[in-house]
Amino acid sequence: MVLIYIESPKGKLKKAAFETVTYGKKLADAMGTTCAALTLGSVEDAGQLGKYGASKVLNIADAALNSFDSQVFTKAIADVATANSATVILLGHSSTGKSLAGRLAARFNAGSIAGANSVPTLTGGFKVRKSVFSGKAVAEYELKSAMKIISVMGNSIQPEIVGSDVAVETANVSVAASRIKVREVKTQEGIVPLPEAELVVSAGRGMKGPEHWGIVEDLATVMGATTACSRPVADAHWRPHHEHVGQTGVAIRPNLYIAIGISGAIQHLAGVNNSKVIVVINKDAEAPFFKAADYGVVGDAFEIVPRLTEAMKNFKAAL
Amino acid sequence: MKLLVCVSKTPDTTAKISFLGDNATFNSAGVQYIMNPYDEWYALVRALELKETLGGTLTLINVGGAEDEQIIRKGLAIGGDDAVRINANPQSALYTAKQIAEYAKNENYDIIFLGKETIDYNGSEVGAMIAEYLDLPYISYATSLELSGNQAVISRDIEGGAEVLEVQTPFVISAAKGMAEQRIPNMKGIMQARTRPLKVVEPIAFEDQSTVAQFELPKAKTGVKLINAENMDELVRLLHEEAKVI
Ligand SMILES: Cc1cc2nc3c(=O)[nH]c(=O)nc-3n(C[C@H](O)[C@H](O)[C@H](O)COP(=O)(O)OP(=O)(O)OC[C@H]3O[C@@H](n4cnc5c(N)ncnc54)[C@H](O)[C@@H]3O)c2cc1C
Ligand SMILES: Nc1ncnc2c1ncn2[C@@H]1O[C@H](COP(=O)(O)O)[C@@H](O)[C@H]1O
Repeated sequence: MVLIYIESPKGKLKKAAFETVTYGKKLADAMGTTCAALTLGSVEDAGQLGKYGASKVLNIADAALNSFDSQVFTKAIADVATANSATVILLGHSSTGKSLAGRLAARFNAGSIAGANSVPTLTGGFKVRKSVFSGKAVAEYELKSAMKIISVMGNSIQPEIVGSDVAVETANVSVAASRIKVREVKTQEGIVPLPEAELVVSAGRGMKGPEHWGIVEDLATVMGATTACSRPVADAHWRPHHEHVGQTGVAIRPNLYIAIGISGAIQHLAGVNNSKVIVVINKDAEAPFFKAADYGVVGDAFEIVPRLTEAMKNFKAAL
Repeated sequence: MKLLVCVSKTPDTTAKISFLGDNATFNSAGVQYIMNPYDEWYALVRALELKETLGGTLTLINVGGAEDEQIIRKGLAIGGDDAVRINANPQSALYTAKQIAEYAKNENYDIIFLGKETIDYNGSEVGAMIAEYLDLPYISYATSLELSGNQAVISRDIEGGAEVLEVQTPFVISAAKGMAEQRIPNMKGIMQARTRPLKVVEPIAFEDQSTVAQFELPKAKTGVKLINAENMDELVRLLHEEAKVI
């Protein structure tokens, strides 16, 4: 069986949950088995995971699982995996998923792959692909152990509805006491976090100063996109650090990345070159970013961005 | 305080990536290596600050061949009392973590520091694995760490926000941007680093559970389509009809 651990920040399921179940269903089909989803803590509407192919949905409703401790979560997931004779454990490749994947791999002495971007192939061994060297290459790994641990990169697969809701069952495993006390969780409401965003509008030093970000934000708002920035912009405190993308910032793979006034240094590209479509707006036709772009606009961002915002508005109005 | 910092090497960020004929081996010819930035800038410097204020010892550990000693010496030049190199090819995260855990298990470190991830394979796995082998709490993506006695208060990055938590030593922590400010080694440090002990330890036998079957270079982009700056309606149309992303 394929066991899928589903995160539920603040008791809610996110799009990544449906992606991971879709991934799990495809893998389970290829393996000739079923997949089950596991949620921890109190979760709203977990039964809908059945729609994406989970043949059962398990939950452990212990209040101790409402805040995150990788040790406690690892034991719970491992116990459920063992009780259900799982041979693959899937997780999302998030801050939570990554700390669990490593622990589970050590616990089961399992081959693991962190950040898989396609469903494994099973001919001639269990093989999975991921992006390596900051997006400059793809590696195909073969996992040889009886148990396999895979964290799935966000936006690697589109959620597919293949079934209907299932009843949530309680998994009977004991929950360990936590050695971590979470004091506070601060999240921004209403904004899709960068690693999950499908549309990203990003700007760099070409914007000249923080006071000019209004046009960037307007475009993002009209599109329903999340904003990002280059490293010098975050270093100069023009924008908050969590917006910094690139090799030393967040790595993202949205469907659309619009880069405004960013030169396209290799360290910046490292975080964004897995985006499906890249649009570059830059006044310098020689800017290196154009080599990595699908669509380019050469000219002054201060004129082009408001024009693009207008065009997006008109497009949305006509939908 | 007894502190351990895990340091690894990665190809320089601008290195050209290529593979040998079998497509399963990274071609290291002509590649410049650097210390993984998260290890150098954040994990090592925060550990050093704690040692400076609280006293104690700071050991660097690396799993790698003799060629890694250049990186270890740089770490010692920034700070650190001594270093351990486990003489093995760090073929996978599990293998690497197993070797470090094996060395650390009888040493009773108060805190084991790592970088949040290596920038070559971007796995972010080694820290979690060490913590599991040693049965310790693991706090990843830490952006600040304050200690009073054995009580730590840590902030960490989570998707779209931050979490603040309390934990007691011993624990394993991975450091992200914010933990500390990068330090440049000075001449005195570089001189001292030469004489600081660097112990070489042979690895324990451990069978790996994963291998690279093959590498591929990503498909080159077919070339940028330039849109007239006056005609943003055209860009929107292409994004909708051709690229199908809006
Ligand atoms: C180890 C290391 C790690 C790094 N990690 C990262 C990282 O994670 N992320 C990152 O972003 N960088 C990173 N960098 C920095 C990187 O090398 C570049 O310096 C940085 O990305 C440049 O930012 P920028 O494109 O905003 O600025 P610049 O390079 O200054 O580019 C500004 C661009 O704006 C254009 N422009 C100016 N005015 C206008 C206008 N009116 N309209 C339109 N275009 C205009 C210019 O033509 C230019 O191309 C790293 C560097 C190192 C050494
Ligand atoms: N070969 C190695 N030797 C020592 N520490 C390592 C090694 N590889 C990785 N690490 C540590 O583990 C962290 C996370 O690496 P990774 O799991 O590969 O992303 C790095 O930032 C280092 O602190």
